[in-house]
Amino acid sequence: MKNNASPSGSNDDIIIIENVHKKFGRVIALTDVSLTVKRGEVCLIFGPSGGGKSTLLRCINHLETVDSGRIIVDGIPLTEAKENIDQVRAEVGIVFQLFHLFPHLTSLENVTLAQKVVRKRNPEEAEEIARALLERVHIPEKADAYPGQLSGGQKQRVAIARSLAMNPKIMLFDEPTSALDPEMIKEVLDVMLDLCEEGMTMVVVSHEMGFAKAAADKMVFLSDGRIVEEGSVQEIFENPKTPRTRAFLDQILS
Amino acid sequence: MGVTTEVKRKRPGLIPWGGDLSRLPWWVLVVLLVFTAGVYAILTNRHWEAAFEFALTGVQLTLILSLSSFGIALVVGLLAGLGQLSRNIVFRNLSMLYVQVIRGIPIIVQLYFVAFVIMPVVVDAINNFGGTLQAIEPLTNFGISLANLELRDIKMMYRAIGGLAVAYGAFEAEVFRAGIESIERGQMEAARSLGMNYVQAMRHIILPQAIRVVLPPLGNDFISMLKDSSLAMVLAVRELTQVSQLHRARTFRSWESMGTAALLYLMLTLSLSFLVKSMERRMAVEK
Ligand SMILES: Nc1ncnc2c1ncn2[C@@H]1O[C@H](COP(=O)(O)OP(=O)(O)OP(=O)(O)O)[C@@H](O)[C@H]1O
Ligand SMILES: [Mg+2]
Repeated sequence: MKNNASPSGSNDDIIIIENVHKKFGRVIALTDVSLTVKRGEVCLIFGPSGGGKSTLLRCINHLETVDSGRIIVDGIPLTEAKENIDQVRAEVGIVFQLFHLFPHLTSLENVTLAQKVVRKRNPEEAEEIARALLERVHIPEKADAYPGQLSGGQKQRVAIARSLAMNPKIMLFDEPTSALDPEMIKEVLDVMLDLCEEGMTMVVVSHEMGFAKAAADKMVFLSDGRIVEEGSVQEIFENPKTPRTRAFLDQILS
Repeated sequence: MGVTTEVKRKRPGLIPWGGDLSRLPWWVLVVLLVFTAGVYAILTNRHWEAAFEFALTGVQLTLILSLSSFGIALVVGLLAGLGQLSRNIVFRNLSMLYVQVIRGIPIIVQLYFVAFVIMPVVVDAINNFGGTLQAIEPLTNFGISLANLELRDIKMMYRAIGGLAVAYGAFEAEVFRAGIESIERGQMEAARSLGMNYVQAMRHIILPQAIRVVLPPLGNDFISMLKDSSLAMVLAVRELTQVSQLHRARTFRSWESMGTAALLYLMLTLSLSFLVKSMERRMAVEK
């Protein structure tokens, strides 16, 4: 099986990141980042702007390639398996800060397209799945609306449904609520909490500390491309090891 | 100092121009007058009538010439436009080379080049290919007909279409490239992260959005193509300009023959540009 490819880590480690380095020209985005995420775990990444959070997330589904180190997703080493990239990507859903819905397609079509094109499901099956998912994110009535006719919170929920339609094993969220008006944040976080309850493995970049307390199994403080601190919610909030973590938390909690 | 000028805002009234005569599109009126005068002349004056009837025989070729050249140019342009954005070095550089070289040469030179330099080479190649085919049993007859193809069998009309298509393919490549580049990067990333490959993402996500962006510039380029199809007269293709020129040479009625040609071109181009304008307006509303 494909798990032979990963000598390190147990079968439970669905994401293994080992000594990853990444530069954009002269700008160092990630230095020597290592992190493992277990099946079913919710890992919350936080840290100052420009710290490399998005870059790390984008490396996990190969939207960015790493300069050195390796990333193994569900037993498939990304760096070596170029031909498996599309396969890995279909297993890993990502939700962006700015949604990136397809504006020329309705909500329903946004959710069915990749099912038909990538998963080769027939149109009826894809539509059935899509409607069920829109129901699950609480906007079945917006199936025929175009993204331009939706509020930010609704767009983000369609985006989540679009990713879920591929039956991903992992969901990545890159600041999913930071472009939203306050009254819409909750509706998106609620959907994410549901997902977490269903046992989805999630890596979430967010500064919503309420969500962190409710859902996160592990928190990672990323700053200047390094993992400064990693620990359980309790450890991070009550007993941060570094003053920088404490200072950053004070700043965002105030 | 101290002088306050009150600016009264005009309310939009029943008349679209707010009753302000200076904002009326007077030029449209002039065009309509000229058209009316032209039609009147054609109906009442036999010299104008003769020029018009002769010119009409060229309009059809002008349309066929423009439409087929533009159709091929669209295909070539899409390929070269995608090529310019491709990560493949060979494909990208070939596309760049094509676009930059072609855009730097006058179309008329390209027409001569395609008609009298490229076509002979192509026909030679076809002849050789036919010669090879002849030896293969079931294809013998087909091979013979290819081997016997002569340069003069390729009508000037086809050579003109080839030349114009090559020239305009380079323009359309730039239009398509700009259109695709105008779609934000997140669209491609979202498509790829759903597991679509590059081709699927282009086909289902990027191109359908880019098409809306490029439609107006493509329309404008088609209008240019209509006018530039007149260059085919140097290859003696009997399109509108060529037949008008023939009529002029025959009858020495320059005013009538060139006047009719101009009117007919204007009729085509102005109505098309009206279409493009309304298309642009509709897209502006959608945004
Ligand atoms: N495509 C790129 N080209 C050049 N530099 C980049 C690119 N993407 C990211 N960077 C740089 O890499 C560093 C890390 O960026 P990243 O987007 O990962 O940070 P972040 O933690 O997500 O920040 P934010 O909270 O603002 O989203 C930054 O200095 C950024 O400017
Ligand atoms: Mg970011």
